[in-house]
Amino acid sequence: MSQWNNFSRGFFKENAVFVLLLGLCPTLGVTTSAFNGLGMGLATTFVLLMSNMVVSVIKKYIPDKVRIPSYIVIIASFVTIVELVMQAYVPDLFAALGLFIPLIVVNCLVLGRAEAFASKNNLITAGIDGLGMGLGFTMALVMLGAVREILGSGSLFGLKFIHGDGMILFVLAPGAFIALGYLIVLINRINKREA
Amino acid sequence: MDYVIIIISAVFVNNIVLIKFLGICPFIGVSNKVDTSVGMTGAVTFVMVIATIVTYLLQVYVLVPLGITFMRTITFILVIASLVQMVEIMLKKVSPSLYQALGIFLPLITTNCAVLGVAVLAVQNDYSLMESVVFAVGNAIGFGIALIVFAGIREHLELVNVPDAMKGVPIAFVVAGLLALAFLGFSGIV
Repeated sequence: MSQWNNFSRGFFKENAVFVLLLGLCPTLGVTTSAFNGLGMGLATTFVLLMSNMVVSVIKKYIPDKVRIPSYIVIIASFVTIVELVMQAYVPDLFAALGLFIPLIVVNCLVLGRAEAFASKNNLITAGIDGLGMGLGFTMALVMLGAVREILGSGSLFGLKFIHGDGMILFVLAPGAFIALGYLIVLINRINKREA
Repeated sequence: MDYVIIIISAVFVNNIVLIKFLGICPFIGVSNKVDTSVGMTGAVTFVMVIATIVTYLLQVYVLVPLGITFMRTITFILVIASLVQMVEIMLKKVSPSLYQALGIFLPLITTNCAVLGVAVLAVQNDYSLMESVVFAVGNAIGFGIALIVFAGIREHLELVNVPDAMKGVPIAFVVAGLLALAFLGFSGIV
């Protein structure tokens, strides 16, 4: 498989959110606006890229029996780094994402890629995979955040283009589920046409 | 009285799955049948309460005195992971029938963000030990109610004729949205 394929399948064919249905908690929880989605996506991308690379480098030294706890420790270390950096430099975004930053540790996407891909591939392949999957995840979060922001508050990335409020439902919890349901339908249609 | 408010708030007003979006993976993944979702609820309740007690004690007696609260995420997830393993081993010896019933759900719980989420929230809200336990029980009940109701609806959904593109997961999300809408009706009672 060429490296380009390796990178690009994270966007549509094997998109973490729309196709693999991994990492749904942060997807639904933080996407009240496109900007929050972008922030969460990039934080996850960083953790995914770093943990994938580290796992692929030290895979030979980890005994098979304790590999899952070892991966979790690696991932948790990078999550702590992200937590501290965000708290220091982007406190507003950190406050908006709140609980979901420490929860990147239990994002099944990150552990899933470490176990299924990084533990079997070399540094560069694993890094590219992590970057592709992470950016695909970011794309999904921004899409969902944009849909919810446009419908819910009539703005995009904070730029308002209608008077008054939008359909507040889409900012609240139910809108997240419904919007994601219809986005999955859309992506399924696109993937079917390509295949 | 405080305990009642914590329970009602955790079960209905801030339902952990439908309003706070924690534990969505098992919510979508194992909600095909009512039986399995009852099993999952049992396992989650068990682990969530024990994990919250242990992480609370760790936070108060180890992390805070040593001034290393930034290690919270790593410590908590390690505790939860090893706890799940320990519970599994103990259950196998003590109560084989319960182990049989919960069996396959136990390993899945490590990556259930609801468990870590509740442990972190209990610490963030500055609850006392008793309040943390009540909070964990309330959230487990809330998780159970959401999961079992959703499984009940999905069992009926199997028989319904929906458009091809909506089959399976998409229609499940729309149903979850409507369920969340219903739970939104509880907001304001506490």
